Amino acid sequence: MGSVFRPAANFWASLTLLMMALAVAAFSLSVWLWPHSDDARRVNWAPAQPVPFSHQHHVSGLGIDCRYCHASVEVSSNAGMPPTYACMSCHSQIWTNAALLEPVRNSLKDDRPLVWRRVTDVPDYVYFDHSIHIAKGVGCSSCHGDVASMALTYKAKSLTMQFCLDCHRDPGPRLRPKDKIYDTSWTRDATTPAPELLLAAYGVPQRNLTDCSICHR
Amino acid sequence: MIRALAILSLCALSACSDMSEQPKQRSYSPLVGPAPTPTGVVTFLYREPTPPPLTLALVERGQQRFRIFCTPCHSELGNGQGMIVQRGFPEPPSYMSARLLKAPTRHFVDVIAQGHGAMYSYAARVPPADRWAIAAYIRALQKSQNASAEDLAAARAEAAP
Ligand code: HEC
Ligand code: HEC
Ligand code: HEC
Ligand code: HEC
Ligand code: HEC
Ligand code: HEC
Repeated sequence: MGSVFRPAANFWASLTLLMMALAVAAFSLSVWLWPHSDDARRVNWAPAQPVPFSHQHHVSGLGIDCRYCHASVEVSSNAGMPPTYACMSCHSQIWTNAALLEPVRNSLKDDRPLVWRRVTDVPDYVYFDHSIHIAKGVGCSSCHGDVASMALTYKAKSLTMQFCLDCHRDPGPRLRPKDKIYDTSWTRDATTPAPELLLAAYGVPQRNLTDCSICHR
Repeated sequence: MIRALAILSLCALSACSDMSEQPKQRSYSPLVGPAPTPTGVVTFLYREPTPPPLTLALVERGQQRFRIFCTPCHSELGNGQGMIVQRGFPEPPSYMSARLLKAPTRHFVDVIAQGHGAMYSYAARVPPADRWAIAAYIRALQKSQNASAEDLAAARAEAAP
């Protein structure tokens, strides 16, 4: 009786096994690694906004403080978006004919808020609070990047759970002096007080910052 | 085969995270529904804010708030030559003008709350306590630029124990 399989079958069998192994590897990569990649997290992504608002112009160029527009960032969980009225406190008098600003003027006239598209967003099951981070010496750029030099606002950090935990495990080296919190181009240099000094000055941490219940409650 | 399919579909399901969409009311989410008004609610009573006592902390708070909200137009010196004015905004009067030197402190508080001519109201972003702090700082600015050597000597003598 002749053999059931020809010699070439060995080759095909191994190839099939190899392919299956590759498929499993590719599948796990796409399921477990892809969602954490910068592309999937939309890092460096700037959504189309109703008005091409430029932080570079307003913050670096004109020297306006973050809190002029994001007024509640020190006292509330939300940083707060500027109401149309805040834009119009200047644009009622300057650039009054610019077509770019048409939506802003219409918004004030029709009493309908501008709908900005979210750039940074954490899922709804994550509890986040701006005020405590500002009070404890975490600057805007630690989570939002160098906003003051962005022509269009883009998401600069991945904001995964890993990202938050990296700092919560050891906040010291990332804290900064009070007067540098709104300076988005700040980096640690020789004049910065040592991490231990900053931790002591801000009284951080008084609890275990990696407890699940800190961020999921 | 069926077992393999079941395992595969379980794997596929594990990638779904509906958890990240939770229909709860947050500051910028679309209105889910009008919140019910609790019973026994009274209308908001406006009380005239009383001037807080003048302390160093108040003036420092005022300086910080002034630099956030007022310097774009009034400049750090209060002379009305801020960055936005240099870009074409109508020029505000200098705080050193005779009229504003004589104006009561309350006037500054009212201008912040109600606006004045081309200047919009800052009531939404500057709460009442901060308005008094800013007004106190403007007073300090006015003093600093009209101070004489004798004033300084007097202040030094006062500060020395
Ligand atoms: C003149 C007003 C103004 C000032 C000053 C300003 N912003 Fe903004 N900011 C806006 C507006 C309007 C948006 C929404 C449009 C956009 O995303 O570009 C925004 C969006 C943002 C966002 C993205 C929010 C989101 O959708 O998740 C961040 C982060 C931010 N600002 C940080 C800052 C920081 C940090 C500073 C100070 C260095 C600052 N802003 C100063 C007006 C301002
Ligand atoms: C404190 C004053 C001030 C406020 C508040 C302000 N702007 Fe401006 N904006 C300016 C000035 C001044 C310019 C002109 C920039 C220049 O000449 O370099 C400008 C320019 C612009 C331009 C023209 C394009 C550009 O970037 O040069 C847009 C669009 C704009 N602003 C949108 C907004 C929006 C939207 C808001 C509200 C969130 C806002 N601005 C709030 C002062 C202001
Ligand atoms: C520890 C990280 C962190 C720091 C520091 C931080 N932010 Fe945020 N910010 C976030 C996260 C996370 C969100 C998204 C919040 C959400 O989805 O509910 C956000 C959202 C925002 C928004 C959108 C509106 C809102 O409130 O959701 C603005 C504007 C903003 N931040 C401005 C600022 C400014 C200005 C500073 C500095 C004074 C700052 N942030 C500091 C993490 C941070
Ligand atoms: C650069 C450092 C840093 C980063 C990044 C950071 N945090 Fe924090 N976080 C802190 C510090 C410091 C505290 C204050 C701890 C204390 O003093 O108790 C804190 C406190 C908190 C608290 C406690 C608030 C409260 O009221 O109890 C929450 C919630 C929190 N962080 C969430 C987040 C989330 C979510 C992220 C990621 C988007 C994040 N943090 C990223 C440094 C950071
Ligand atoms: C510093 C804040 C912080 C702490 C502490 C924290 N998480 Fe998270 N967690 C986050 C953030 C932010 C996300 C959202 C990440 C994203 O956008 O996918 C998240 C997401 C998750 C998810 C969903 C993951 C996914 O892929 O959808 C789970 C599950 C989770 N966390 C479990 C935990 C557990 C268990 C602990 C305690 C050991 C914990 N977390 C502690 C911030 C935190
Ligand atoms: C966008 C530019 C702008 C900003 C920001 C601004 N002002 Fe003004 N302010 C003006 C202009 C313009 C006038 C002159 C108004 C007129 O007479 O039509 C003025 C006038 C005034 C006056 C004089 C009123 C009088 O009796 O003539 C005071 C006081 C004043 N501002 C205080 C403040 C304070 C305090 C702040 C900060 C909370 C502030 N302004 C922020 C533009 C501004």
